[in-house]
Amino acid sequence: MLEIFTIPFLQRAFIAGALVGFLSSYFGVFVVQRGMGFLGSGLAHAAFGGVAIGIFLNQEPLLFAIPFTILVAIAITYVKEKTNLAEDTAIGIFFSVSMALGIIFIALKKNYSSDAFNYLFGSILAVNYNDILITSLLSLVTIILFPYWKKWAYSSFDRELAYTDKIKVVFDDYLLNIMVAITIVVSIKVVGIVLIAACLVIPPAAARLVSKTFSKMTVLSIFLGVISTFIGIIFSYYLDLPTGALIILLQAVFFFFFMLIKNNS
Amino acid sequence: MKNVVESKNLSFSYNGILALSDINISIPQGKFVSIVGPNGAGKTTLLKIILGLIKNYSGTIKVFDKNPDEVDPALIGYVPQFKTMDRKFPAIAIELVASGIIRKWPWRIRGKSKQLAYEALSLVKSEHLAERSLSSLSGGELQRVCLARSFVRNPKLIVLDEPATGIDAIGESDLYNLLENYQSKSGATVLMITHDWHVALHHSDLVLLLNRRQIAFASPKEALSEDNLRIAFGHIGHQHNFRGEN
Ligand SMILES: Nc1ncnc2c1ncn2[C@@H]1O[C@H](COP(=O)(O)OP(=O)(O)OP(=O)(O)O)[C@@H](O)[C@H]1O
Ligand SMILES: [Mg+2]
Repeated sequence: MLEIFTIPFLQRAFIAGALVGFLSSYFGVFVVQRGMGFLGSGLAHAAFGGVAIGIFLNQEPLLFAIPFTILVAIAITYVKEKTNLAEDTAIGIFFSVSMALGIIFIALKKNYSSDAFNYLFGSILAVNYNDILITSLLSLVTIILFPYWKKWAYSSFDRELAYTDKIKVVFDDYLLNIMVAITIVVSIKVVGIVLIAACLVIPPAAARLVSKTFSKMTVLSIFLGVISTFIGIIFSYYLDLPTGALIILLQAVFFFFFMLIKNNS
Repeated sequence: MKNVVESKNLSFSYNGILALSDINISIPQGKFVSIVGPNGAGKTTLLKIILGLIKNYSGTIKVFDKNPDEVDPALIGYVPQFKTMDRKFPAIAIELVASGIIRKWPWRIRGKSKQLAYEALSLVKSEHLAERSLSSLSGGELQRVCLARSFVRNPKLIVLDEPATGIDAIGESDLYNLLENYQSKSGATVLMITHDWHVALHHSDLVLLLNRRQIAFASPKEALSEDNLRIAFGHIGHQHNFRGEN
C-alpha cells in the first residue's frame, strides 16, 4: 500500500492534489456563502478558452489559461459592479464566448483533441513540476492573504456594514474573484474543467451544514477538500478510474453524510 | 464641536428621480433625533448619505465636521434595518457583536474583544444569547444583538433604521429604554428612523419630518403638529396604515 507514495508521478499528484484541494475548498467558502457557484462554472469554461489557445500555439496551456481566466474574472466583476445586470448574466455571456473560442481553436488543431480531453476531465498523469510550482506559489500567496479572510467574510455577511466600516469592498471583490480564477486554472489538471466548479461548492456546502460559525466552516471545508482529493487519487490509482470524478463523488458522500447527521440531530 | 450632523441644501436623486430635496438640518451632540415620514419619503436615503454609502448628492453635509465618507467609522454605531440582514450566514451572536469592535469579521474571539463583546451584550441583557446562531434568534433577540454591536465600539453617534420592525410592543419599548440608558451614560447622539410618529413624539428631543422634502425640523410637538402630519402623511390618526409596509 505504502509503495504508492514512492512512485514519482503519484507523489506529484498527491502534492498537487492536496494543494488544489486546499485552495478550492478555501475560496469555495466565499463562493458558496455569496451564492457565486455559477462563477466557478463560468471561470472553468473561460479557462478552457485559454487552454485551447495555448494548445493551438503549441505553448504551455496554463500560461495562457491563467491570464485569460483572470481577465474574464475581472470583466465579470466589472460588469456586475457597473451595471444592473445580475452576475449570472455577465457570467453566462463570458462563459459561452470563451467556450466557443476554445472549441474553434481545438478544432483548428485536430490532432490535439486527446490533449484537450485531459484538460476537460483532468489527468493526474499529466501533473508536472511546473504545475506543482505554480500551485505551491498560489498556496503561499493565499496564506499571505489570510488577513483578507476577515474582510471577505465581513462583506459576505453584509456588504453595506462592511462598507460603512471602510472595508474596500469593491477592490476585495476583484481580488477574491481573481484568486478564484487562478485556483480554477491550477486545479484543471487534477480535477478537469468539467468538474472543477463542484470542488468549489461541495466541500464548503458540506461544511456549512454542520458549522455554527464561518471560521469553523472554513476549517472543515479545507479538511474535506484535502482529504477527498487525497483519497480520490488513491482510488483513482487502484481502480484505474478518472481522478476528478472520484474526488467529486467522495465529496458528495461527505455532503450527504453531513446532511444525514444534521437531520438526525 | 458644535453639531454632529449639519446639512445645507442637501438633495439627492436616483437616476433623475428626486428622493431628497433641500434638506437643512443641524443635529447637536447628545440629542435623540427621530426621522419620521411615510414609505418612500427618503429616510433611508438620508441615512445612507450620512453613513457615506451614497456620495453623489448635491449641497453639503458634514458629519463630525467631515465629509461623510471621511468620518472615522469608530465614531458611528449603525443598526441596519434588520430585515436586510443575512440570517443564514453561519455565525453566532457574539461574533456579530465582536465585528462591531474589530470592524472585520472575527476568526476567533478572545481576550479584550471577547470581554468587550460580553459587556455590550450585558448592556442589552442578552449575555445568554452569546453562543446562539443568528438563524435561531427571534427578531427581537437579533435586534438586541445588533444594538449591542453598535454600542460595543462606544460610538458618538448611533444610527438606526426602523429598529422596531417586526418587534412587539413590549420589545419595542424595551428597545427605546436600552437606547435611552446608553445615551444617558455615554452622551452619544441618536438618530433613528421611524414610521411611527407616536414613538417620535415620546422619545425624541428633535424630529425631522420628511416627505422627500423637509417638512419640519424642530421639537417633537412643533414638528409633529396636525398640519405638518397632514402634509407628510396625507392623513393623520391612521399612521398604522404606514407601518410594516415597504
Ligand atoms: N437604489 C435605488 N434606486 C432607485 N430608487 C431608489 C433606490 N432606493 C430608493 N429609491 C427610491 O427613493 C425613494 C426614497 O427611498 P427610501 O428608501 O429612502 O425611503 P424610506 O423613507 O426609507 O422608505 P421606507 O419607509 O419604505 O423604508 C423611494 O421612492 C424609492 O423608491
Ligand atoms: Mg427605509
